[in-house]
Amino acid sequence: MKRFLGFVKKEFYHIFRDKRSIFILFGMPIIQIMLFGFAITNEINNVNIAILDKSNDAETKQLIAKIDASHYFNIEQKLQSDNEIETVFKKGKIKLVLVFEKDFGQKLTNQSQPKIQIVSDATDPNVANTATNYVNAIIQNYIQEENQGNGQQSGLVIDSRFLYNPDMRSVYTFVPGVMTVILMLVSAMMTSISIAREKEIGTMEVLLVSPLHPFQVILGKVFPYVFLSLINATVIVSLGVFVFGMPIRGSLFLLAAESVLFIITALSLGILISTVAQSQQTAMLISMMGLMLPVIILSGFIFPIASMPLPMQIMSNIIPAKWFIIIIKAIMLKGSDFSLVWKETLILLGMTLFYILLSVKKYKIRLE
Amino acid sequence: MEQENIIQVNELTKKFGDFVAVKGISFEVKKGEIFGFLGANGAGKTTAMKMLIGISKPTSGMAIVAGLNVAQSANEVKKNIGYMSQKFSLYDDLTIKENIRFFGGIYGLKPKTIQEKTIDLIQRLELEKVADERVGQLPLGWKQKLAFSVALLHEPKIVFLDEPTGGVDPVTRRQFWEMIDEEAHNGTTIFVTTHYMDEAEYCNRVSIMVDGKIEALDTPKKLKEQFKVSSMNDVFLKLARNIE
Repeated sequence: MKRFLGFVKKEFYHIFRDKRSIFILFGMPIIQIMLFGFAITNEINNVNIAILDKSNDAETKQLIAKIDASHYFNIEQKLQSDNEIETVFKKGKIKLVLVFEKDFGQKLTNQSQPKIQIVSDATDPNVANTATNYVNAIIQNYIQEENQGNGQQSGLVIDSRFLYNPDMRSVYTFVPGVMTVILMLVSAMMTSISIAREKEIGTMEVLLVSPLHPFQVILGKVFPYVFLSLINATVIVSLGVFVFGMPIRGSLFLLAAESVLFIITALSLGILISTVAQSQQTAMLISMMGLMLPVIILSGFIFPIASMPLPMQIMSNIIPAKWFIIIIKAIMLKGSDFSLVWKETLILLGMTLFYILLSVKKYKIRLE
Repeated sequence: MEQENIIQVNELTKKFGDFVAVKGISFEVKKGEIFGFLGANGAGKTTAMKMLIGISKPTSGMAIVAGLNVAQSANEVKKNIGYMSQKFSLYDDLTIKENIRFFGGIYGLKPKTIQEKTIDLIQRLELEKVADERVGQLPLGWKQKLAFSVALLHEPKIVFLDEPTGGVDPVTRRQFWEMIDEEAHNGTTIFVTTHYMDEAEYCNRVSIMVDGKIEALDTPKKLKEQFKVSSMNDVFLKLARNIE
């Protein structure tokens, strides 16, 4: 045990004396979460729009005021004719134009279906799509209120609700996503690099000639990263909760336990990589190409898995990150307990055992 | 007086697939001697040595090191040997003291013993001024001496040196061999691989490996007589030519 502690201490020296390690360990998580939380977002805010109001009556004014009041839109300009629409789009500042037909208010009160046209600048499809949906929602809302006021019912009323994330806040997907990426990065990449480093400088040989058992060596190299990854997970979750107001509806203990499991999964992957890689650069390349990209692309962090082509959907199943993201989203947002995530947990556990067995086997081959 | 054998190797063979790296070598090393394990790069000396220190399993044959069969009790053997690899293998980002403490620690030395040894070692190598400096800043020659001393921390019966003088200047090499000599006088057996033939002169006995086989084994003096040449380098050249 004393030998093991000495080993762990040495490992911490390596980590804390290397500026790059410190940056990856403590700088990256904070930078990433801030970037994703503030800069990269699916939400729209203060989109500049223009209005072409051919009716100019009380109803349209009311509706326009309602749109203007929302923080999503900023009414920048009032147009006078259809010809102006294309000109304002070409200038680039206006992203959406709302056109009210003549006698809008009259038709509305007559129940003869007035028309509104929404024209948007789809050079940026995400903004165009989201902005259109938001405008739609505001108009629907207005019409419903109007009808209720008149005591009239106009056919079908759709009442849609976004459960678990009513404001559609993208932070809710980014916090679990960033946490997954960071844990993968720290655990898998950093351990594989640090083991490869010992091989490169020749100390691994010396360690193997010492009375330390090879598994003690690996355990000693991996242990500090379990500890540091846990700190990282705590930092990310705290930032999510306190800075971005993300809820933790499920059990904190379950969240921590699942995180430990995922850290071990990532570490075992890191060990597996290090059995193959002889140099730090190879280890880094394999981790980057083999782990980071799939984690970002195939885990459902950024791109929804359900809308991928079938082969990629199948492939996503072998990405441990996919299962971890499902688990933490369920715990944090839906407040799920273990009975609802045991299947995903079992899959992660199985993957971990598989990687460990494979590494042990590879490790033995190398020793022979 | 016949001294006891501390290493005994019998028909040791190592195959990698179809390639036979070590072809059934047999030899013994006596206690307290400096045994030179010579050969060109790729002759199989590192592979052979790895089997002796228990980090590579022989395909067939047997090796007894410090009275123990390596195949059966590799772990016991490891406690009795020291090892210094050709890269000097210290941690550049740890200080001299931290390196000593770490390597003493993994051999299970008591903290008090480590402390005494650290003071003694730093004094002997005259490293007092840089004891708290990181090893990465030391010149190669100092690193090499330090690595050698660290390999001896747990007072092994045999110390294996793999190309210990690679890339070091001639003066430092000479000093290093003096250290080796001193240690051998203290009763430690030295097993050293090298491809510098002039260094063979410092050894009590040398074996020369060519293509996985030991082609010559004797004292440098007798080998020179046998091949009727004046230097070990010529012995090696003649041997290599004969085999071709």
